[in-house]
Amino acid sequence: MGDLQVELVAADRTVWSGSASMVIARTVEGDVGVLRGHAPMLSLLTEATVEISEVDGPVVVAAVDAGFLSVAGDRVSILSEYAVLAQDIKIDEAKAELDAAHGLPTSDERELRIRRAEARIRAAEKAS
Amino acid sequence: MALSLREYRARIKSTESMKKITRAMELIAASRIIKAQQRAQAAAPYARELTRAVSAVATFSNVDHPLTREEDDPKRAAVLVVTSDRGLAGAYSSSALKEAERLAEKLRAEGKEIDWYICGRKGEAYFRFRQRPVVQSWTGFSDQPSYDVAAEVGRALIESFLKEQGEDGDVDEVHVVYTRFRSMLLQEPTAVRLLPLEVIEGDQAPETHEVLPLYEFEPSAEAVLDGLLPQYVQSRIFFSLLQAAASELASRQKAMKSATDNADELIKKYTRIANQARQSGITQEISEIVGGVNALADANSAND
Repeated sequence: MGDLQVELVAADRTVWSGSASMVIARTVEGDVGVLRGHAPMLSLLTEATVEISEVDGPVVVAAVDAGFLSVAGDRVSILSEYAVLAQDIKIDEAKAELDAAHGLPTSDERELRIRRAEARIRAAEKAS
Repeated sequence: MALSLREYRARIKSTESMKKITRAMELIAASRIIKAQQRAQAAAPYARELTRAVSAVATFSNVDHPLTREEDDPKRAAVLVVTSDRGLAGAYSSSALKEAERLAEKLRAEGKEIDWYICGRKGEAYFRFRQRPVVQSWTGFSDQPSYDVAAEVGRALIESFLKEQGEDGDVDEVHVVYTRFRSMLLQEPTAVRLLPLEVIEGDQAPETHEVLPLYEFEPSAEAVLDGLLPQYVQSRIFFSLLQAAASELASRQKAMKSATDNADELIKKYTRIANQARQSGITQEISEIVGGVNALADANSAND
């Protein structure tokens, strides 16, 4: 018997690590849920929220940028250049960022910033 | 002993205040090294997981990606030199630059031209003084690099690497020269080839019982590789920047420590000379007085 060992890692620090019963993340193909005994998998994440259900505990919500999800032998690592836990997100700042992004001329950069800000807002709302 | 006592005292004073400054810098550098090492440690999990992922993909799919492809006839090489923003760090920047020159010499012997990319003001100044062209330079972060900077540097290098041969600004190889932090006492300038990537399975050989699992790739092995490799490159650059920052602080601490020691020596030497000057002044006064008394006594006895 064991739980999932989850590591949420940003480029410059480990954001969260511990054991969990379930991880939900959004890959480029769609949402994926990982439970114990999941087949080894390596997939690309999009800018979205990640939910980690701690064992007998609350759900940890985080916003991540594009990155990876790797699952192997009940170890789940979520790698992203930027990752923030929902409680560290300032929702006003994220909303301001979203407004600023909407004001940009249409470009990939604009899309990226909108997706990023939306992910942060969603994460913050989910957690509250 | 041409100087007067007062001048020696002034010298001692100025050396003492200099010593205070170097001592403060030494202490600041020492406390920052610990922080730099902590940052390097905090960044390690990301690099480790990324390396695992890259070697997993490399093991299970035929790696053929623009970033790993060797050019048949490499003509241009980009060299990224990591130096410091500020001086007073002993030979830190100049030994990194010397290593870069050595590498450049080697690359030129292989018939490649060199595009320079510089991190740090010292390197920038070195090239500006010699009026040598630099393609791009980044400054202002040498003692605490952030991932954003590494990502920016990485993007610039990858972009020029991916250009077709003959296109303007194209390079066929990318090298990085940085100072590796071995220990507080030893930092060595190192040159590594960054691109084309050689996918080696991890820095440490995996334990024998740790067999890489059969991964499923979503959406596909190629797409995963496409996303992985640029991040891998950026994380390698971030690693070099962090190492360089720790090395810079360590060599600054060392340089400032020897400056403080030298100031101590100087103060000791000047104090000795000043004391000597004071002593000889007193001796002279005494002999003058004694001489005067003797002369008076002689004059008196002659009168009698």
